[in-house]
Amino acid sequence: MMPIPLSWWLTVSAALFSIGVYGALSRKNAIGILMGIELVLNAVNINLVAFWRYIAPTDISGQVFAIIVITVAAAEAAVGLAIIIALYRRRQTAVVDDLDLLKN
Amino acid sequence: MPFDPSQIPIVQIVFFVMTACAIGGAIGVVSSPNLFHSALYLVLSLFGVAGYYVLLSAGFLAVVQLMVYVGAIAILILFAIMFARRLMGQGENQNNQQWWLSLPIVMILFAVLVGVVNTVSWPVSGAEPTGDTVMELGHAFLGSYLIPFEVVSILLSVALIGGIFLAREKVEAEEA
Repeated sequence: MMPIPLSWWLTVSAALFSIGVYGALSRKNAIGILMGIELVLNAVNINLVAFWRYIAPTDISGQVFAIIVITVAAAEAAVGLAIIIALYRRRQTAVVDDLDLLKN
Repeated sequence: MPFDPSQIPIVQIVFFVMTACAIGGAIGVVSSPNLFHSALYLVLSLFGVAGYYVLLSAGFLAVVQLMVYVGAIAILILFAIMFARRLMGQGENQNNQQWWLSLPIVMILFAVLVGVVNTVSWPVSGAEPTGDTVMELGHAFLGSYLIPFEVVSILLSVALIGGIFLAREKVEAEEA
C-alpha cells in the first residue's frame, strides 16, 4: 500500500491549478498572468505523473506527456516574455488593461 | 523504488513539507504586491513540485523540472522583470477590477475538483515501476513517441527563434 493516497496528489494539484487560474484572472500585469499559467501547467504535470505512478506504473507514457508539457511551457514562456518585452518597448507598459489597441 | 512501511511517516512528512513549499509559494505568486517577489515565490513553488516528482519516483522528471523550470523559465521571468524596472510596479495595486469576482469562482472550481477527486474510485494498481525509467523514457522518445518528440523539438526551435526575433527587432528599430 502506498503511504500517500492518490487523492492527496490530486487535491494538491487541484489547489495549485485553482491558485494559478486565480493568478491568471486577477493579475493586472502580463508577467503576473504568465506566472499564473506556469502554475496551472505545473498542476497538470503533477496529475500526469501521479496517474502514471498509481494507475499505470509499468507504462512510461505519463512521464513522456509530462516532459512534452514542460517543453511546451518553455516555448510558451520564451515567446510570451518576448512579446511582453516588445510591447513594453513600444507602449512602456505591461498592464493588460492598457493594451486595448484592437478595442477601438 | 519500493516504499518501506517503516518509512511511512517520513514520506508523509516530506509530502507535507513539499506541499507547504508548493502551495505557499503559489499563494505568494498570486498575492505578492511586488512582481519580483512573486517570481521568487514561483521558484519556491517549482522546487516543491520537483520534490513531488522525487516522491512519485520520477527522478528524471525532478531533474528536468529543476533545470527547465527553475533554471530556465523562472530565471527568464526574473530577467524580464529586472530588464524593465517599471514592470515591477512597486507600490501599486497588482490586481485588476475583477479579482473579487474571480476569487469566489476559483474557490467554487476548487471545491468541485476536490469533490470529483474524492468521489471517483480510481483504479489504483499496486504495481511498481519496472526497470530503469530513464532508459525506458529514452526508448519511448525514440520509439513509439518519435513523431511527438520531433514535433515538440521543432516547436521549441521555432519558439526560441521567434522569441529572439520579437525581442531583437525593436532594439534595432530604437538604435536606428
